[in-house]
Amino acid sequence: MIDQSHHYVADHIHQLKPSGIRRFFDLASKLDNVISLGVGEPDFVTPWNVIEASFHSLEQGYTAYTANAGLLELREELRSFLLENYHVSYRAEDQMLITVGASQAIDLAFRAIINPGDEVIVIEPSFVSYAPTIKLAGGEPVAVEATEQFAFKIQPEQIKSAITPKTKAILICSPNNPTGAALNREELTAIAKLAEQHDLIVVSDEIYADLLYDEEFTSFASIPNMIDRTILISGFSKAFAMTGWRLGYAAGPKAIIEAMTKIHQYTIMCAPTMAQHGALEALRNGRDSVQEMKNSYRQRRNYVVKALNEMGLTCHMPGGAFYVFPSIKATGMSSEAFAEALLEDQRVAVVPGHVFGNSGEGYIRCSYATSMQQLAEAMKRIKRFVDK
Amino acid sequence: MEQKEIELLQLLEKNGRLGTDMIASMLDLTVTEVEEMIEKLERESAILGYSTLINWAKVLEHESVTAMIEVKVTPTRGKGFDQVAERIYRFPEVKALYLMSGGYDLSITLEGQTMMEISRFVSDKLSTLDSVVSTVTHFVLKQYKHDGVIFDDNDDQDKRMMVTP
Repeated sequence: MIDQSHHYVADHIHQLKPSGIRRFFDLASKLDNVISLGVGEPDFVTPWNVIEASFHSLEQGYTAYTANAGLLELREELRSFLLENYHVSYRAEDQMLITVGASQAIDLAFRAIINPGDEVIVIEPSFVSYAPTIKLAGGEPVAVEATEQFAFKIQPEQIKSAITPKTKAILICSPNNPTGAALNREELTAIAKLAEQHDLIVVSDEIYADLLYDEEFTSFASIPNMIDRTILISGFSKAFAMTGWRLGYAAGPKAIIEAMTKIHQYTIMCAPTMAQHGALEALRNGRDSVQEMKNSYRQRRNYVVKALNEMGLTCHMPGGAFYVFPSIKATGMSSEAFAEALLEDQRVAVVPGHVFGNSGEGYIRCSYATSMQQLAEAMKRIKRFVDK
Repeated sequence: MEQKEIELLQLLEKNGRLGTDMIASMLDLTVTEVEEMIEKLERESAILGYSTLINWAKVLEHESVTAMIEVKVTPTRGKGFDQVAERIYRFPEVKALYLMSGGYDLSITLEGQTMMEISRFVSDKLSTLDSVVSTVTHFVLKQYKHDGVIFDDNDDQDKRMMVTP
């Protein structure tokens, strides 16, 4: 029988394009002996002390809901963590919200601030969920394109020229997925000036904050006067290797966090309790593990960037996250064709750049969150492919 | 010691076969710099040797028994525990020897082909030393983890999906 149920699906969902990543997942999953550089998450397993703490909480019977905003104990720990590491000061009681991954925090942020037709400036190439999330909240994503010429760092003039009377917010993700580009204090300050001049909110996705390799991380909220117009979003997934735990958070001005918490309490109730107990342990005793993983990522980044450049796929040195974004323009292929042929020919999965926005065309995203042996073998295979 | 030397040692400790070209690009050094660094660390005896971690249980023809022995000794005047320690660690079958705090003094890791061989070592060689007061021998039944490596074939299986955002 033919499934007719698509008639029932809402129009605006029909209009939403499915993620280009999905197609690659389907292609790669059908083949054997594939080395995947297509994975947007750590290859490390969550530190054992975190897993153990979560077991313990279950044994103790902590299986009920927590407060809507999350365990107060966790928010308090997070408060000190943010103050100590990123020099931003939030109240645990009413300026923080524990969410189901940073993804939910992003969704809540836009639903809380967007009026129909409001525009949000999104710096592309970007994480695939941003634009759809903004649309689902009734807003209009407006893309500005970071280019290789400036090492994928957005130039303030580009943001300035995208601002209209309808602009409500700017979305920043630094260090960035998929380019790895990280904005320093000075570059963020230039954006801060624009936000102030035009009275804009800045949604700052800082999920890769702890994976910045050559300089100290600057939280957007730590820039003078920005704490009152920033929604800081982060989570435990990347730094603590806890993607499957689905635990993130938002910190921001009281009224905005209250609005987000209102939506959260009606739609989700609270983030999973056992994951919150794990996160508490991660903050208290997990910092050494993060440092160890970070060292390992930095070494792999150095190796991969050198290997790709040597084979003629020019690649800037990304400041953070665990992605490199080499250009494949020299091959004359589109990024989709390149990624598909590479997968079929050499069994290496990468993600074609265009899925992260139009300006990603001509690039591929390779994640180096995989073992050195696998990386070395992948580089060998990509070289063989490029040399053909 | 500078940071890159420590990183180099950590890399080699995990994988002694890691090539110098690979190490060089991981640490953002030239191959010559890495080679010189390794030579220096060898000269200073920071690097004592290169070995391979083997799961002998996988080698069917190979039978071996490992024992951990707790030893109480009387320290020698002027030499402390060092003299008796040397008498013990010179035996090639002694794989490791530590001076311990707590209920006993020396901890020996001993490897032999059979239980008999180990018991002969304890009764003939170890217990007969003047300084040795008593020994307790524990045989290893199964090796789960050694030098930071878990002996489980499925442990390093990648459990992630192939492509994720």
